[in-house]
Formats: sequence, structure tokens, C-alpha cells
Amino acid sequence: MDPNQFEDLENIDIEIPLFLEAIFQKYGYDFRDYSKAHIKRRLMHRMAIGKFNSISLMQDKVLRDKSFFISLLEDLSINVTEMFRDPEFYSSFREQVVPNLRTYPFIKIWHAGCATGEEVYSLAILLKEENLLDRCQIYATDFNRRVLDIAKLGIYPTQDLEKFNRNYIESGGKGRLSDYYTLKYGSLKLDQSLSKKIVFADHNLVTDTVFAEVNLILCRNVLIYFNKDLQNKVINLFYQSLSSSGFLCLGTKESLRFTQLESNFANIDSSQKIYKKRIN
Amino acid sequence: MFRAVVIGTSYGGLDALKAIIPHLSKDFPLAVFVVLHIGDNKNDSFIRHLKKQSKVKIKEAEEKEEIKPGTVYFAPPNYHILIENDSTIALSADPKIHHSRPSIDVLFESAAWHFKNQLIGILLTGLNKDGALGIKEIQKYAGITIVEDPETAIATIMPASAIEIMKPDYILPLDQISKKIIELSELY
Repeated sequence: MDPNQFEDLENIDIEIPLFLEAIFQKYGYDFRDYSKAHIKRRLMHRMAIGKFNSISLMQDKVLRDKSFFISLLEDLSINVTEMFRDPEFYSSFREQVVPNLRTYPFIKIWHAGCATGEEVYSLAILLKEENLLDRCQIYATDFNRRVLDIAKLGIYPTQDLEKFNRNYIESGGKGRLSDYYTLKYGSLKLDQSLSKKIVFADHNLVTDTVFAEVNLILCRNVLIYFNKDLQNKVINLFYQSLSSSGFLCLGTKESLRFTQLESNFANIDSSQKIYKKRIN
Repeated sequence: MFRAVVIGTSYGGLDALKAIIPHLSKDFPLAVFVVLHIGDNKNDSFIRHLKKQSKVKIKEAEEKEEIKPGTVYFAPPNYHILIENDSTIALSADPKIHHSRPSIDVLFESAAWHFKNQLIGILLTGLNKDGALGIKEIQKYAGITIVEDPETAIATIMPASAIEIMKPDYILPLDQISKKIIELSELY
């Protein structure tokens, strides 16, 4: 067997941490504690598309070419979302969380890692149907400014409308999804009454600190992209940001199990990953 | 010595897996990862059914879970599954590939990079091209590749697409695949 058969893979494992360090030093975006398997997959694909022979050659490019960095940032950010994604989560939220929220005179909500915003608007629709939206202030954050701009507009292509409708119905929607948008030029635009309760802002979970004190945090399908250390750090950030008895909603395949603060939260719905901060 | 088996399949996959997994013994020495395309459906009832017929441990893969031999890990519906360098499992909600999430290519590629020549890759019946590039990557890093004979597969596109772009170590009818896996697992 060729002894150098795996040399390229061994080199890649050396080069990737150096590459991420270079991005951090140069641009301040910190991917060093992201899951290695994800980062490797994305960088290998960018390397193939850009016809680079090594990660090191790509590092040279990223240090000297800002526009190349911007496209890499796109590769490394997590932008998959849809309206009422995981409808079962929303129906559980209606049952388990909404009654509690009703007891608050004013509700502050942080949707962390909102990407293009579909799930934020979904939450706003749900809160509107429960007559709570008027009492809410929703902060929706992401580190990727391009996706935030899309989120702010609240305009989406109609190609996924069928899926959105199905999700809305499965989530226990009380009206029709079409009550909340208008169709124009092959796009759907979400209603102003929703967007006026949402503030979209640039925030990086990895490098920024507490955003605001809130009663509810949603951060779904973001933590799976982080390593254990970073997961612990971000959950601690959420813990610090939550008011006493505040709620934390994670993605269906994410959990607080094995994290340092597991015992500081109570399980509200273990399959939909809804937690409540314990009173200390 | 091999450390892991990866299996990819879509249409016809339920039957194909039933012809393989129940043959693995309780102390099967390798970890097994399965990507089964199942659309937006849940696979709980299929896993329960398969468990009843099987001796080997079967479960849905969990995020950051440590990989153990003698266990069959199914990718959860709507998540890609990847192998981390520290032998744990990563899940991802990245865009679909070949209209599929989980995607066979994603699993095969990351398993190829991690297990290298200690990997057995198996591509079974299916209606799209997912898995062809992945099994090619497994071969690139000296893993053993097995493709179901398109002649006997319920859906030929998946195995045929692989054979078009690479030369598998074995092209076998479904009923001979479990025997080959067991034979390879006992090497050394």
C-alpha cells in the first residue's frame, strides 16, 4: 500500500485549524469551535469549486481577497429554514408555552440564528393568533448581514408556499396562512402587522455577549453545528439572558443533555426540546 | 481490520435492509451507519420492526453520540449525518442533496475521510443518483465498495449510477450482501 495514500487527508486536518485561525485574526469571525465535520465538508467543496489544490492556497486567497471571504462566510453560515419548520414544535409551543406567556404583561423574545427569518414570522403569526403579539417585542439575530436583509424585507419566493401551508396547518394554525401575506410578482410579502413587532439585528453567538434580558429564547438547529465547548458557552449565554422561569427552545435533535447547565433547566417537552429556566 | 460499514438506499430500501441487518450478530464487530431516504416521513415504526427481527443493536443516530461497534445507527429523517474526527456523530440540517436529506453522499464522504481503508461502503436499490459520488470517495481512500447488482435491485438508478462512475470491488445480488459483510468483518 502507498504510505502517502492518506497524506492529503492528514494535511487537511492540519490546515483547517490554521485556516480558521487566519479568518478569525483577519476578519473577526470565529469558526474555530464549530463542528469539524461540517467545516471540513464545506471547505472541501469550496476548494473543489474554486479549483484550489490545498486549503493553504485557499488561505492565501482569503487573507487577500475580501470578496472571497464574503463567499466563504456564506458557505459557513447556516441558512436553511422554512415557515413553521417542524410543525409539531409549534403545536407543542402553543400548548406548553403560550399559557405561561399569557401571564406576562410584556414579553421579550430572542430568536437567535434567525437566518432569512421564516421561522421568526411563523412565531409572530402564532403569537398573533393567540392575541399575544401586541404585548411582544421580538429580537431576531444572525451574524450574516445578507440573510438579515432578506429577513427584514419579509419577502419570499412562492415556490415553497405549498410546504409552508402544509406546515402551518399541521402546526395547529387557527386561520389560513394567506391571512398573513400578500402575493406580488411571484413573491409573498408578510404582513406589516407582524414585522413591526420584530427587530432584526446583527449578533454573533460565538463572539458577542448577552443581547438583552428576555423571557423566551428560540435557537433551533444552530447548536448542532458547534462543538461541545462552544455549545456550553452559548447555553451559558442563553442562561444569562433569560429572565427567571424563562423558556428556551432548541432544535428537535439538539438537547441540554450532557451540557454543564442541564440541571439548571426543567424539561417542558423532551421530544420538542422546550426547556424552562429553573428558579435558583 | 475494518471499523465501520455505511449503507445507502432509497426506493426499495426497506426490503433491502430487511435482507441485511437481521443477519448481523449481537456482537458484530463494526459500527454500521444507514441512510434511508424516507421523505418527510418518520422511520420509527420501521426501526421498531427491524429491531424485532434483529440481534444487533439498532438506534437513531444522535448528535455528538460516541460511535460504538455492534450498533446500527440510522440517520434521523430530515438531518444529514456525518462522522467527526473524534469518532462521534454529527447531524446537520444543511440543504438537501439530490433532493434528499439525509443524503447518502454526505455520510459516505465524511465516513471515507474518517475511516479511510477501514470502511466498507454499500449502495443498494434506489431511484436517484445520491451515493454514487460518495461511494467513489470511499474507493478513493481505499475502503471496500459493494454495490447491489442493478439486475436484482428493486430500483436500478442508484446502483447503476455508481457503477457508471466507478468500479466497485463487488457487485452482488441482495441475498449475498450480508454474507459478504460478515466475511469482511471477520478478516484479521
